[in-house]
Amino acid sequence: MATHEHMPVGGRLVTAPFIFLFVIVFAAAVILTQRFVFGLGGVTHLSDGYPWGIWIAIDLIIGTALGCGGLVVALLVYIVNQGEYHPLARAALMTSLFGYTMGAIAVMIDLGRWWLGYNIMLPWLWNTNSVLLETALCIFLYIIVLIVEFGPTFFERLGFKESRRRLHRVMFVFTALGVLLPMMHQSSMGTVVILLGYKLSPLWQSQLLTVNFLFTAFTMGFAIVAFESTLSSVALKRPFETRLLSRLCYIMMWVLIIFLGIRFIDLLRLGAWPLAFRMDVQAISFWVEYLSGIAAIALLWQERNRMHPRYIFLGASAMLLNGFMYRLNCYLIGYDPGHGWTYYPSTGEIIVTLGIFAIQIMLYLVFVKQLPVLHAVRKA
Amino acid sequence: MSINRRQFLRGVAATGASAAAVAAAPEEAAAALQREPRGRAPEALGLLYDSTLCVGCKACVAACKSANGKPPEISADQSDWNAGTWDSAKGLSAKTYNIIMVYQNGTMAAKDAETDGFAFIKRQCLHCVDPSCISCCPVSAMQKDPVTGIVSNDPNRCIGCRYCVYACPFQVPKFEFEGAFGRISKCELCRHRLAKGELPGCVDSCPTGATLFGRVADLRTEAHRRITLKPGDTYAYPRGDISGKYGEHREPHEKVITAAYREEVYGETVLGGTQALYLSAVSFDKLGLPYGPDIPTSGYASQTEGIQHFLYTGMIAPAAALTGLILLARRNVDKHHSEADEDAEDSQGGSHGNA
Repeated sequence: MATHEHMPVGGRLVTAPFIFLFVIVFAAAVILTQRFVFGLGGVTHLSDGYPWGIWIAIDLIIGTALGCGGLVVALLVYIVNQGEYHPLARAALMTSLFGYTMGAIAVMIDLGRWWLGYNIMLPWLWNTNSVLLETALCIFLYIIVLIVEFGPTFFERLGFKESRRRLHRVMFVFTALGVLLPMMHQSSMGTVVILLGYKLSPLWQSQLLTVNFLFTAFTMGFAIVAFESTLSSVALKRPFETRLLSRLCYIMMWVLIIFLGIRFIDLLRLGAWPLAFRMDVQAISFWVEYLSGIAAIALLWQERNRMHPRYIFLGASAMLLNGFMYRLNCYLIGYDPGHGWTYYPSTGEIIVTLGIFAIQIMLYLVFVKQLPVLHAVRKA
Repeated sequence: MSINRRQFLRGVAATGASAAAVAAAPEEAAAALQREPRGRAPEALGLLYDSTLCVGCKACVAACKSANGKPPEISADQSDWNAGTWDSAKGLSAKTYNIIMVYQNGTMAAKDAETDGFAFIKRQCLHCVDPSCISCCPVSAMQKDPVTGIVSNDPNRCIGCRYCVYACPFQVPKFEFEGAFGRISKCELCRHRLAKGELPGCVDSCPTGATLFGRVADLRTEAHRRITLKPGDTYAYPRGDISGKYGEHREPHEKVITAAYREEVYGETVLGGTQALYLSAVSFDKLGLPYGPDIPTSGYASQTEGIQHFLYTGMIAPAAALTGLILLARRNVDKHHSEADEDAEDSQGGSHGNA
């Protein structure tokens, strides 16, 4: 039986992988210094044709989808009342906190006029027609909500029982906001690229982008929970949470089936399927996206497979690849401004993106070792 | 309350089915979620560029640079002989708000011919009737003047997110990526010159009247008059301001029509209409403008704002959703956490069953 109890994992913080991650983060910090001294043009391959690169497409658009574990677990545990998933909640909320915070930091790094960034907090400047404004405010509010949701973990560690109890009394409001805000944010990130019009290939341009981004937020949110749980069981030498994950896999497989079905019908109605057979970069990227989704379903279809950590891990990985590629395609690969513009990220951009994810893994390791995040392992 | 897994999956399936229904009935859904197209401001100002009149002298490119204080662009391969006197801009950029480009085909023998010919095209901001850049700007840095319809950027508001650069269907707004403190830059129809009663730089310098300034309403009338002209006809092309209010008086440019106009004024309907209009003898897509069956007659902003308003007008739908979520969460959080609370109070090591 799973228990509700959470315990710090303990163990040494400074390990070889930890130092490796630190080196990446340090390299990213060096690049970022250059970015602020010499401007975006100094370190990135951004141009007037491709004004948004991987710092937006990967660090923000994909990074926050990887931060949807908290959304799906909160939805299951507190809204749909599937209490059995409660042991997964803390780790999921924590990953969401990291994913969304680093996404927000990526935006600030990417802002061309960052010293005026506070303008987005000034209500008299708000353009309420702007989808981007809504996404920015949702990110900001959701980070606050995540900090509150994660509060009990800190209070427990510090032994603040009274604070923890008081927080619990109002927690349902934050739990509700913690479901609504990321859903608003994730769906609107789809609406953002509808505005690209003809510049986004019909393989992705659709009125359903809003819905599709919500679907990939769910598939990636489910998948990251399974992915992370399996990986941390191996890395931290803990038992697999197979029984819980196998039921999670069943739900996420069906969400993915519906998403792929909608994509199939949508491309049919848009007459976009022939574009998938032109075998250019966009078509290849489309097939990587679509087939990784099919692969995830194939891997998780049989109940026997869903009981096996290896298939859970592979299925979750394939599902993550599907969402990753869908979003990368919508923001970069499917986007063509014409007039001969091209984009491939610079080494500096890639290092910063790796740094953004490396720092999240470092934080994960510090938090699970020091704070009661993962549920306690019962001694046999 | 308790929802079991089967009920949950049924809910997921129902959501999926309704989304699939939207996918299957696209036209109705798309139309229902579209915001009303914006209308033209009656006194809106604009440009009429007539490709058949343009001789490609690029006086407008130089005049634009001096009017806006922008430096010449020197390609990397020219650095050893070009000290900065020769502006070799290849397209719109943060340094170039206005440019003349050329369409070339085959032997390039005849002007304004699609086959074995060439044709000029002037690019600058088209000052859309329903601009994507205005709709997408989170901090209202992009503004459309309610009277003149001129689209301008306020650098004191702009945070440099570059969504306008990403979204503009005409690839007009540009960002200064070089240097630590760049800004968005674009043609603002020389509103600083208009304020002094002067013509925009590109119009002021145009010798042939290829770029004509005026009220968009007057320019449309003029454009429709021209497309009825036939090769061999003589026409007195007005220059400068069509109404004569801005800049000094100019004699018209009398010219015999040589190439047949395409019977269409570009900018009247494309993407909801623009305040810069184009006439040409070659197809507009050959000139690098968004043109064809895939380009709608309403602005893309009417689609995104339609979705946005449907979901968020008055924040009614989010408020309703939040209320429902709060009600569900209150029951379930209490249930799971009352146990967790007791648990925290209990001595460590105590364990209990699942909910």
